[in-house]
Amino acid sequence: MLEIKCPYCGKRSQNEFSYGGDATIKRPQLGEEISTEDWDNFVYYRDNPRGKHSELWHHVSGCRQWFKVSRDTATHEIFDTCKMNEDFNV
Amino acid sequence: MSNSFRTTNSTGLINKDKKINFTFNGTIYHGYEGDTLASALIANGVHLVGRSFKYHRPRGFLGVGVEEPNAMVQLHDGNKSEPNIIATEVELVEGLKAKSQNCWPSVQFDIGEINNVLNRLFPAGFYYKTFMWPKSFWMKIYEPFIRKAAGMGKAPLLPDPDRYEHNYEHCDVLVVGSGPSGLASALAAAKNGARVILAEDKPNYGGSLLTDEVTIGNMSGKEWASDTISQLKSMPNVILKKRSQVFGYYDHNMTVMIERVSDHIENPSKYTPRQRLHYIRAGEVIVSTGSIERPISFGNNDRPGIVLASAAKEYMKVYETLVGKKPIIFTNNDTAYSTALEFIKNDIEPIIVDTRDSSNGELVKEVQQKGISIKFNSGIADTKGHLKINSAIIGKLDSAKESFISEETVECDCICMSGGWTPTVHLSSQAGNKLKFNDDIDAFVPDKKRQKETAIGAANGSFTLNQSLAEGFQVGFDLSNKFTDQNNPTNSPNSNEPSYEKHEKLWCMPLPSGKKPKRFIDFQNDVAVSDVELAIREGFRSIEHVKRYTTLGMAGDQGKTSNLNGLQYVSKIEKKIVPEVGHTTFRPPYTPVTIGAIVGREVGNHYLPTRKSPIHTWHEENNAVFVAAGLWQRPRYYPRGSEDMNSAVNREAANVRKNVGICDVTTLGKIDIKGPDAPEFLNRVYTNAWLKLPVGKARYGVMLREDGMVFDDGTTSRLSENHFHMTTTTAQAANVLSHLEYYLQVVWPDLDVNVLSTTEQWSGIAVAGPKSRDLLSKLFPDVDMSNEGLPFMGLVDSSMDGIKARIYRISFSGELAYEVNVESNYGLYMWKKIMEVGQSFDIQPYGTEALSTLRIEMGHVAGAELDGRTIPFDVGLNSMVSQKKDFIGKRSLSKDAFTESDRQTIVGLVPLDKKTKIPEGSHIIEDNSAVAPIPKLGHVSSSCWSVEYNNPFSIAIIKDGKNKIGKNLYAVSPLKDISIPVEVVSSHYVDPEGSRVRS
Ligand SMILES: [Zn+2]
Repeated sequence: MLEIKCPYCGKRSQNEFSYGGDATIKRPQLGEEISTEDWDNFVYYRDNPRGKHSELWHHVSGCRQWFKVSRDTATHEIFDTCKMNEDFNV
Repeated sequence: MSNSFRTTNSTGLINKDKKINFTFNGTIYHGYEGDTLASALIANGVHLVGRSFKYHRPRGFLGVGVEEPNAMVQLHDGNKSEPNIIATEVELVEGLKAKSQNCWPSVQFDIGEINNVLNRLFPAGFYYKTFMWPKSFWMKIYEPFIRKAAGMGKAPLLPDPDRYEHNYEHCDVLVVGSGPSGLASALAAAKNGARVILAEDKPNYGGSLLTDEVTIGNMSGKEWASDTISQLKSMPNVILKKRSQVFGYYDHNMTVMIERVSDHIENPSKYTPRQRLHYIRAGEVIVSTGSIERPISFGNNDRPGIVLASAAKEYMKVYETLVGKKPIIFTNNDTAYSTALEFIKNDIEPIIVDTRDSSNGELVKEVQQKGISIKFNSGIADTKGHLKINSAIIGKLDSAKESFISEETVECDCICMSGGWTPTVHLSSQAGNKLKFNDDIDAFVPDKKRQKETAIGAANGSFTLNQSLAEGFQVGFDLSNKFTDQNNPTNSPNSNEPSYEKHEKLWCMPLPSGKKPKRFIDFQNDVAVSDVELAIREGFRSIEHVKRYTTLGMAGDQGKTSNLNGLQYVSKIEKKIVPEVGHTTFRPPYTPVTIGAIVGREVGNHYLPTRKSPIHTWHEENNAVFVAAGLWQRPRYYPRGSEDMNSAVNREAANVRKNVGICDVTTLGKIDIKGPDAPEFLNRVYTNAWLKLPVGKARYGVMLREDGMVFDDGTTSRLSENHFHMTTTTAQAANVLSHLEYYLQVVWPDLDVNVLSTTEQWSGIAVAGPKSRDLLSKLFPDVDMSNEGLPFMGLVDSSMDGIKARIYRISFSGELAYEVNVESNYGLYMWKKIMEVGQSFDIQPYGTEALSTLRIEMGHVAGAELDGRTIPFDVGLNSMVSQKKDFIGKRSLSKDAFTESDRQTIVGLVPLDKKTKIPEGSHIIEDNSAVAPIPKLGHVSSSCWSVEYNNPFSIAIIKDGKNKIGKNLYAVSPLKDISIPVEVVSSHYVDPEGSRVRS
């Protein structure tokens, strides 16, 4: 079980959180003209890297904030966590 | 035979003043307080404990603790019965019952032993080879035979009556193992102010200090251990746990420990758990788990009476028990000589067989000074004795040590063997540590760590006491310094122990001349040297493959005594060094864990939380049959007298259509939405338009996922300019809230909106049916309930008996209907009031079944249709999709596949005979007589008995549905052998114009 530092609450066990996928995905603008390929890339296609990964987590059984986690997908090492409007320090 | 194998000294840890009676295979024996089942049996001269897994060979004790591969028993009877329990880990308790496993009719005479005679039929990989042909034999003959023969004990078939608990702990430093290095590190860390947990598997702290003749400072090792424990006990920052095995090391320094709380207590109190599972998140973990002695492979080295030398010593020193009175010590190193000396102390002269040419170690000299001669350059070739060893064939080794040049038979009643020591690296390996091979000790030790874990002492390959203590004090101090600023080191005291000479790299004896007895490596899985040879001969090279083919190290003991010997043998045949052969991966649990402990208190009703509406007690009192809706308990129907479900549901639903019904809808998800951008937000979340919804009005909304699939639906109302009340389905309530939070926090943080779940703040009561208006008018005389005063999709605030109520005119049943919302605490009161006033309107409560019936015959979609595979078009909600604005998932709707005109869409089905109910999940096909595979048009999503037309009705989602209306098709369920001719009709079976809700 991972230990994740919520930027609002501090370190908590993984079972308080739910995973939210790749944090680098940007939703297309509302009303934006977009090709089917680009839209499909947004909806379906995700990289599956081994190593450092920026991802979203939701503190569901806590403060209910979404935030960013920089995690190694192979070792589970967490390098940093930050609020949505912040950038990682490492 | 009454404890005739006890020593006469009383320097151990048992209490000879307290007798404990126990039963083994029906015979009553006694032992003493402090005994294990193993030590008590040995004290009574019992060595034959069970039969081996594959060959049913008689087996006894090899070890004294967790390493024991043979002595597994079935404990207790009935619902407390437990299989495969290692007798060396069972503390003796009055009335304990144990019996042998894997034998029939008895452990002395076991039919299965025929396997031993037929052992050529069971070579390595026999599962893969023997039973492959003919193919048709597998299911009927081989598989049942193997199933019957395989396995050791019997799992109980009754529910576990015991109580298990879970506990969560945090500490700075967790020390696993209380031998010299563990005690030293715990003391150093605790004295430096760190929060320390010290875990010890055994009932006594001290590890090797309980059996080794050493001094630390001016105390004996045993005294120093007890003194250190007293110091630790007095410190508030230390938690000491004995009978506690740390068996798993997971990510982010999460370790899991099993504590045996009351197995050793005769009559534990009712609420004392049997075992407790501790989840310990440790800042740093110190692995001081010591080492396990290695056996030596020689002919018939598995007979009862053949034990590890260290085990024999511990039985003497801790349990005051002799494993035999005519011992042979067989060793490739010096440490076994301490066992010899212990026998001598008890006036028993052992025969000593040493594979080495000589040794000048202190203990060896001491033995020689006592006048004992040592057979150097010798080994044991074979043993005899069916149910217990009675003699050994000792051979003189040739110079290459690859054959015996002479052999002699020597009587004995036990052999105490030592092949050196293996560091217990399991936890480090579980933590991701890349192990390295240490050539000096011929074993793997932890090397490159991935987590905050440090191995010390014997677990780190540091086999001397001085080294262990020094490492312990240093590492304990260093690691604790990360958590405190006291900077208070503790010095390591001087210690004294005998010096040892090096072991010999020899773990497998040659075969005796002219014979081929089995030389076992893995006792629990019956893997012998010949099996490893066969695997290599057949081309298996990777150690992982050899392991799987031979099953070496794959038994319940995870190869604690066999892994390294197996590796060493492979490396010898392959002429490779051990690190090139590599080692297999260790995985949790280190020792077997009861399933009950893993489950903890989450059994029966506690498996999941139960959510109940505030009206629940009324439902109970009024004979409701409940159904689980997620975590909620909802009334399914309210049978009267001897009514079955169908009659009750039909009565309840018909009463809604005819009079008025009342339904508890508290479970619907409710979300409060506030902020200046709330209308814009809803406009983006829902497929329809929201900007112009007037205050005081509700609107039905559908929300999609980005992939275009319908996610949820519900009514949302505008309470004031910037304040909305959203409802969701019961099932999706939590997911919708997360979804809204995601878009507000991640995607559109510029929107000024707040969302909050208010599901538990409101109690919702649906009042539906043609008489609902008259009923509510009577309840709320101040409210104008007319069609003009409170029109469809309107809402009004009112009160009754001083209780504030919000009345929505919304309908799921398709009838004229209202939903009364009150603060949760008043839900029951309001419900009772409506029932009371409703009596004169023939009100009846209705449950979820009638609720479904009403919505199905109206063609209203629910979870069965909104199953994550349907877009609005498919379920007849296209009119809900705005063409003017963008919203979540809209772009997906214009993808090619989503705009095909013959997509599967919603229709109604009526059986042609107007009688046969169509099972939900049935397939829809066109031609009943076609040859399989028959093209499938779609499936039945929801079925009911239409109370309006008094015949079955179903909703189905079928290909090109709208154009199939009026056609006859078949609803089939091949598994149930059902084929029902049906007519396709509109899904809006009742009141397609929707006039009733607006009446
Ligand atoms: Zn938080």
